Amino acid sequence: MIAIIDYRAGNLTSVQRALAFLGQDSVITSSPGEILAADRVIFPGVGAAGTAMFDLKRLNLDTALLEAYGQGKPILGICLGTQIVLERSEENQTRCLGIIKGEVLRFPESICEQEGRRLKIPHMGWNRVNLIREHPLFSGIDPQSEFYFVHSYYPAPKEKRDVLGETFYGISFASVLALENLAAVQFHPEKSGRPGLRLLGNFCMWDGKDHA
Amino acid sequence: MLSKRIIPCLDVRDGKLTKGIKFKGNVDIGDPVEMAAFYYDEGADELVFYDITASYERREIMIETVRRVAERIFIPFSVGGGIRTVEDMRLVLLAGAEKVSINSAAVRDPDLIAKGASAFGSQAIVLGMDVKSVKPSERIPTGYEIVIDGGRTFTGLDALAWAKEGERLGAGEICLNSIDADGTQKGYELNLTKLIATHVNIPVIASGGAGSIHHIYDVFAEGLADAALVASITHYGTHTVKQIKSYLHEKGIKVRMRW
Repeated sequence: MIAIIDYRAGNLTSVQRALAFLGQDSVITSSPGEILAADRVIFPGVGAAGTAMFDLKRLNLDTALLEAYGQGKPILGICLGTQIVLERSEENQTRCLGIIKGEVLRFPESICEQEGRRLKIPHMGWNRVNLIREHPLFSGIDPQSEFYFVHSYYPAPKEKRDVLGETFYGISFASVLALENLAAVQFHPEKSGRPGLRLLGNFCMWDGKDHA
Repeated sequence: MLSKRIIPCLDVRDGKLTKGIKFKGNVDIGDPVEMAAFYYDEGADELVFYDITASYERREIMIETVRRVAERIFIPFSVGGGIRTVEDMRLVLLAGAEKVSINSAAVRDPDLIAKGASAFGSQAIVLGMDVKSVKPSERIPTGYEIVIDGGRTFTGLDALAWAKEGERLGAGEICLNSIDADGTQKGYELNLTKLIATHVNIPVIASGGAGSIHHIYDVFAEGLADAALVASITHYGTHTVKQIKSYLHEKGIKVRMRW
């Protein structure tokens, strides 16, 4: 059973629908007990970091997540969920979970295209991920594949080895993070067509070991 | 960098496509779910459903359609038409749409944009703008006026001023439809598209007028649109989404080529 953590941060039904399409049972839950009993955990989220952390703590889900991570359960962060695994976010000056060292920054207003035109924020639409190393999560996915992004803040991990993939949008940023049994993607695999479904499917088979 | 998006638009009434769309050996497909699945397989980057169901009581049918679409395709899609309240938005988004599009209702009650953005995030709110060319005046300095109710009512709003106001209120995207170009198949309104796309900091989807594959190239290269809405050109089999994308790719426009 896969637990999709519900901390009132956006619509989680699309993640569940994608898992159902893949034939995977999942439960949307705010119960720490259910999360600790699950085989694997998905940590999604849309919204602002400040409110998200507030709700996570209020529901005691911050400790549940850290405990699930400590147990070695495969965990997948998506979008805001990915940002929250870092130490702090510039958004609402929020102290986050700190599983991965580093912070979350806002795209600078000055980012430009090659022709000099200002890039729009949020970074919204389809973009590529340049994999830095192999990982079971991306097994069988064509490197030219694109994924659907919607965000104004991006992860900036401190340690290079925690970065699994990078994406370019005026600047190069870490769009995929991986540390032990945790993998975290800034894009929305549940909205990224077949490559996204493949990634979710890979996560469902993953033993939680990073073979790097 | 981001890819330019190709977005087929499907008109739905009472849970059926309004135009029986013919392709692949003239099979008439009336089911929006089947059509959505077809475009998903063809490489559409996103879909737009426009609900023209007249009676409010029958809107439950549209919600059911949205739910069935969301079980079959895993790319973003938006739903527009008849959305007047935050509760209308909630039903559509919970059924699985990524975004809602509001048009006339936003002109009548601009606060609806702000309320929607605060409840669901800006990324979920698309401001639909129908625009007609008029003689430039003090009130309409750009010569582009916002019209509502399917183009029947002039609002006295300048298109550029309204686009900026929509952005300020929290719209995450603008779907810009030229009523003059719509249905002509003579190309998108490039001046209007460029005007809006260069003066707001949110993505602009160009709509209305696509008749050939070159028009789609023009709206990206000259109109500086972030996405192009297509209807007749793909519905009637003139071109497939895949052909459009291959052409754009050859001409140096970045599009998503693997799906």
